[in-house]
Amino acid sequence: MADKIYSTKLQDRIERNVFLMFIFLIVLLSVGGLVEIVPLFFLKDTMEHNKHPEIVWERSADASLDDWQAGDGVRPYKPLELAGRDVYLREGCYTCHSQMIRPFRDENERYGHYSLASESMYDHPFQWGSKRTGPDLARVGGKYSDEWHVRHLRNPRSVVPESVMPNYPWLEENRVDGAHVGRAMRAMQRVGVPYTEGDVLSAAAEVQGASELDAVVAYLQSLGTHVKFEEGVDYRE
Amino acid sequence: MEAQVEQKYDFEVVRWFTIMSVVYLVVGTLLGVYIASELAWPFLNFDTAELSFGRLRPLHTNAVVFAFGGCALMATGFYTVQRTGGTSLFSNALAWFTFWGWNLIILLAVITLPLGMTQAKEYAELEWPVDILIAVVWLAFGLNFFMTVAKRKTSHIYVSNWFFMGMIVMITYLHVVNSLAIPVSLTQSYSVFSGVQDAMIQWWWGHNAVGFYLTAGFLGIMYYFVPKQAGRPIFSYRLSVIHFWALMFGYVWLGAHHLQYTALPDWTGSLGAAVSLAMIIPSWGGAINGMMTLSGAWDKLRNDYILRFLIMSLAFYAMSTFEGPVMSAKTVNALSHYTDWTVGHVHSGALGWVAMVAAGALYHMIEKLWNTRMYSPALVNLHFWLATIGAVVYITAMWVSGIMQGLMWRDYDEFGTLTYTFAESVAAMHPYYAMRAVGGMIFWSGGAVMLYNMVMTIRQAMAERVTAANAAATA
Repeated sequence: MADKIYSTKLQDRIERNVFLMFIFLIVLLSVGGLVEIVPLFFLKDTMEHNKHPEIVWERSADASLDDWQAGDGVRPYKPLELAGRDVYLREGCYTCHSQMIRPFRDENERYGHYSLASESMYDHPFQWGSKRTGPDLARVGGKYSDEWHVRHLRNPRSVVPESVMPNYPWLEENRVDGAHVGRAMRAMQRVGVPYTEGDVLSAAAEVQGASELDAVVAYLQSLGTHVKFEEGVDYRE
Repeated sequence: MEAQVEQKYDFEVVRWFTIMSVVYLVVGTLLGVYIASELAWPFLNFDTAELSFGRLRPLHTNAVVFAFGGCALMATGFYTVQRTGGTSLFSNALAWFTFWGWNLIILLAVITLPLGMTQAKEYAELEWPVDILIAVVWLAFGLNFFMTVAKRKTSHIYVSNWFFMGMIVMITYLHVVNSLAIPVSLTQSYSVFSGVQDAMIQWWWGHNAVGFYLTAGFLGIMYYFVPKQAGRPIFSYRLSVIHFWALMFGYVWLGAHHLQYTALPDWTGSLGAAVSLAMIIPSWGGAINGMMTLSGAWDKLRNDYILRFLIMSLAFYAMSTFEGPVMSAKTVNALSHYTDWTVGHVHSGALGWVAMVAAGALYHMIEKLWNTRMYSPALVNLHFWLATIGAVVYITAMWVSGIMQGLMWRDYDEFGTLTYTFAESVAAMHPYYAMRAVGGMIFWSGGAVMLYNMVMTIRQAMAERVTAANAAATA
């Protein structure tokens, strides 16, 4: 009686043998991930700059990050911006703000041109977000003055009465640590961001005396300013 | 009898996981109530970094998913694998290592997350040293589980254990790949992936933390505790087989539906959405399998409050596994993405399904582990109603606010310009954010009732044991 098979022979064998079940699980569970993730590293269509090379900044050998002009193309973050981005991650801004504009008329009018994959190619980790308790920030750069951002970060309700964002009074009290920014850039180099030796060595001097508030404002003002979009070009086709 | 059971099984570690699970349920949901209140009344951030929403929100998600959910899974996993195999654990010492290791991880989360030490990937915020610890403790749990299954006394592996094993394998994959990072310092690191690839890997993790940790694992709970509490065999063996393999194969694909219309290539998102739609079939098969187990014994729901939890959880499971595929359809997703609807959907699963099925299983285990009856069945019933009403209030608030947000953002007036500013949509959310906080508060108070009831039950069991020992001594 104990050997009576109630289902298929294969299922019955799997149910009697933990090792066999382990093997089946390992194989079955890896399929979805392999099909959806691995091609993203290889398919040329994934990153728009393969077709439109002008999206990414073509940096000449002797150029510094400061030689870059708005619209020149996607580039690595400058030291102060990177420090600001670290603060953005630390404070969990991504829990309420997205950085990913979808190709809809209302988002286009509210936030600007839809986002490209190439625009976040240096974002380790990505900051697309999943929730808009506050507005999208993918193209907030240049939309408001530095002074507005300073007031807003100190006390959001002083400039936007409806806001539910926390006040961030501690940002202006904290100094940016130049040595730490250098180490952060070294780590970014290791994950593939093309910082030059000169970029890393000049980092400490670049952020000298800056507060975390200055850093966050520099980061926010850089968002979405990298790429100059051509009228009528469909970058996602 | 009791002494025999005690000799046969390793239950002390299960008891402690059970206790900690209830404690973390109360702590984790209280954190949720607090951050929900911050969104309704921002002064609650108190200009303090450690209390600000952006730092506490990861602590809330980690506390409910990994502290409460993890302890519930380890308690029920170690319990069912022993009971269904008729054997003790492969290694009691390894189980205690898992207990202390897991609680150390939770302690580290409580310290590091409010301090802003984070990898900034949702539900995977803990920094790299903690990630390594998680991997070690998780593998210890997994090894112990698989080896206990291997030394079982029964011929076949019971269906609960299939689901637990699927969860263990998949969570190992997900955690290891998604957490790959290069350290900057002991408390900071950067993901090795960037942009679109990082996004896909993150949501492969993010959705499968839900799909395997909070669904497969808790289905393992369902398949043991529903038949046990109902005193009837599971409705259909074949449905269990289909439910299991379809879930294992299909769930992995769903993460891409979190990235519809983003810069993720269209094929990936559409593939994720297509498989998501198909997942209604196994999910509902499983829900029906659980509910129909009560077929012919529905009257038990009248007096058995523990069974009520289990059946209500299946109703929520069926509802949110229907809602999920609907939200993954592109036209719906265009509206629902980025809104509170997503938050509502997660909580219909988390409060209605995960917490309810766990509560039912934990109540069942408390009675078995301490060999007694609940101190107060009336309080179990009270908890049931607080949990149900709290969850419904929460979900309803988020449905209304989510759909309203989506509609306000895309609304145009007669001149063809956007009708509302973003700030106006924020202001419109206030009553629903307040309502959500109230719903959460009701749900939390149910958990607090459970904690009280558990403590009183354990005290009662200890008193009974002393009385029994005295009686034996005098006789």
